[in-house]
Amino acid sequence: MTVAILRRTAILLASVLAASIVVFLFMAVLPGDPAQVALGVNATPELVERTRQEFGLDRPLLTQYLEWMGGVLTGDFGTSYVTREAIGPQLLDRLGVTLWLVGAGMLVALLIAIPFGTVAAVRHRKPSGALVSALSQFGVAVPAFLAGIVLVQIFAVRLGWLPSGGWTPPNQDPVEWLRGLILPALSLGLVQGAVLTRYVRSAVLDVGREDYIRTARSKGLRPYPALVRHGLRNAAIPVVTVLGLQLATLLVGAVVVEKVFVLPGMGSMLLDSVAARDLLTVQGIVLVLVVAVLVVNFVVDVLYAVLDPRLRAS
Amino acid sequence: MRTRWLAAVLAALLVVSGCSAGSTATVGGGESTLAVGFTAEPQNFDFTTTDGAAIPQALLYNVYEGLVKLDANGEIVPLLAESWQVGDDRTDYEFQLRQGVRFSDGAEFTADDVKFSIERVRTEWTISLASAMDVVERVDVLDPYRVRVVLSRPSNSWLFAMTSRVGAMFSRTGVADLANHPVGTGPYQVTNRRRGDSIVLSSRQDYWGGERAYRTVVLKYYDDATALNNALLSNGIDVISGVTAPDSVPQFEADTRFDVIQGTTNSEVVLAFNNRTPALSDKRVRQALSYAIDKKALLATAWAGRGTLIGSMVPPTDPWYEDLSGAYPYNPARARQLLADAGKQDLDLRLRVPNLPYAVSAAQVVASDLNKVGVTVRIEPLDFPAVWLQQVFTDHDYDLSIIQHVEGRDITTFGDPDYYWGYDSERVRELLADADTGSPQRQVEDMKAVARTLSDDAAADWLFLFPNIIVTKKDVTGFVRNQVSESFDLTGLK
Repeated sequence: MTVAILRRTAILLASVLAASIVVFLFMAVLPGDPAQVALGVNATPELVERTRQEFGLDRPLLTQYLEWMGGVLTGDFGTSYVTREAIGPQLLDRLGVTLWLVGAGMLVALLIAIPFGTVAAVRHRKPSGALVSALSQFGVAVPAFLAGIVLVQIFAVRLGWLPSGGWTPPNQDPVEWLRGLILPALSLGLVQGAVLTRYVRSAVLDVGREDYIRTARSKGLRPYPALVRHGLRNAAIPVVTVLGLQLATLLVGAVVVEKVFVLPGMGSMLLDSVAARDLLTVQGIVLVLVVAVLVVNFVVDVLYAVLDPRLRAS
Repeated sequence: MRTRWLAAVLAALLVVSGCSAGSTATVGGGESTLAVGFTAEPQNFDFTTTDGAAIPQALLYNVYEGLVKLDANGEIVPLLAESWQVGDDRTDYEFQLRQGVRFSDGAEFTADDVKFSIERVRTEWTISLASAMDVVERVDVLDPYRVRVVLSRPSNSWLFAMTSRVGAMFSRTGVADLANHPVGTGPYQVTNRRRGDSIVLSSRQDYWGGERAYRTVVLKYYDDATALNNALLSNGIDVISGVTAPDSVPQFEADTRFDVIQGTTNSEVVLAFNNRTPALSDKRVRQALSYAIDKKALLATAWAGRGTLIGSMVPPTDPWYEDLSGAYPYNPARARQLLADAGKQDLDLRLRVPNLPYAVSAAQVVASDLNKVGVTVRIEPLDFPAVWLQQVFTDHDYDLSIIQHVEGRDITTFGDPDYYWGYDSERVRELLADADTGSPQRQVEDMKAVARTLSDDAAADWLFLFPNIIVTKKDVTGFVRNQVSESFDLTGLK
């Protein structure tokens, strides 16, 4: 077990290192001079050069990279070229918004997927099961931003029940916060829910064919109690794996949904920073996202072991 | 069981959506709060080192004030200076300052701050606009409320520049962290900011001009036009500062909840010709292209017909405006003839445009119109600002481009042969210099001559002037029709 954890940690560190190098190089070859962009259209070449020096862009790439990584390791992500603010606290602030969004989206997805997926599996030979399958098939095809636009039109513009966008921090006004979170979470969660419904369905179907369910049924248990008592835990194993994999998709979806709902999360920060060629900020964001995904995968592995005692031994 | 679960969720949703609908639907709530939606967010608060229109839009006149300001008619009027006198040789400006003015950090505003602010432009400002202060020779403090600015030569554009961010007055004790903590004498101060979302301005009780109509103004930022429109439709904001999706305007005009105000801006959408390239250095070719483009149809396509055809680099709010939009009436036959005269019938041009909606849709029309007179046009959208700035603006690597020029009186850029137009005219340079040093009457005459010369030379093709379209809720009044200064002026709201 210890060896496995050590190995995983080593892999994690190597992945982060590789990601940091790739991100750094990508930004370096991106066309457009950060100093020019920061100064705007009428800047003189001398001024651009002075600003390049001030940003340290005139130094060798290796020096720039090592300095950046050195800072990151001590928790200092540097100061943005564009906002002139420390990047670290900004990242933390934005990460908070994105985590709420992804978390709420995941919750919505699970609230949809578990009951509907189970129903679709248990009634897979009946019309109602087929209907759920068809609906989930349709949901998978709908992009999150489209769901968002439709939801905004209905619940914000026509009915006026919920805000069309914007973010209120939970500690400032919890009701406003929740109201603002509902539509983005739904647009992210509906699509994810449709995807997960299909996984839940096939997982439950597989479990339903297992001997122990047949045994339970033969002892007189009805299909649902049999599943809940004996099957769900086993069905959860493949679903948890998929959840981990889907998290990356969810993060990408969050970027788009943040744009539609004007939420100040990591996604909108990333897009704005790329447009402004705020290289240090982009590097910081991507690094944080990479680490987030890796950590989630780690957590999934642990959960896996918890759910399946057979894996704990190895 | 499933129906009960669904009912519970629906009930919760209704509670959450119902409990505050109407009452606090507007940001912050309350009658003294106004929420204004914008599309471009200030990256920081320091317009002395960060270029772009977003910072002065939010802060100038609202948070920072200058000695003079530009009013809604484009006239220079007093602000922190009660009055001023110009010496006979037109190089001395003596300002009488308003008394009892305080910065938001409590410091009193005096002549020393004027000297400090003007001199600081040359030493600390890094944006190019700062060169407007190069003409200042020295600043003399005559007494605490009187100050004299001596110019090295007469310059009409200097006083005009003083109405822009360059003329903003700073506190000597308030410049430590301009990017994050602006300190000005204006009626509002920044009390909160949520990056990627909003800036909160609160009205100052100790403002010399008394309190403003709205105690709190929330500037909300939406970089997506649809999101901005939805925010107004769903009561998230009270005002759209500038409509960026003109197709949506009829929707607001038809809705009795809103008022739509349409006026002009300083923002010319220009089809830039790279005057340095072999093909376009020939005046006949540039004139041919100008004849070939149907500007009226282009405006209809690119901006729903909302905007003004100008035919020059002068908006109607400048004193030397003349309508030159008839100089090159749509005439493909004449265009073909001119191209034939120049021996350039098979031109192949790269139209490199920023990937912004107005530029991309205008580019389609330009390309199709030019195709009709035998000019092949390849449209290349470039990532804006980064790539466009580098390749077109800095490296001059383009034949044609389309971009809006937002700054006031930016016709002077045609006097700079190194500017990306690549336009080099001795006569225009002389006229511009003359206009700057001459009397106000002389200035008007010379500037008219500049505009006509540029039009005759077809130095560029002026496609249209951007409209200023503001949509407000019915009960918000006091917005001016034309956007002439750099500021989104909140001070006149009622």
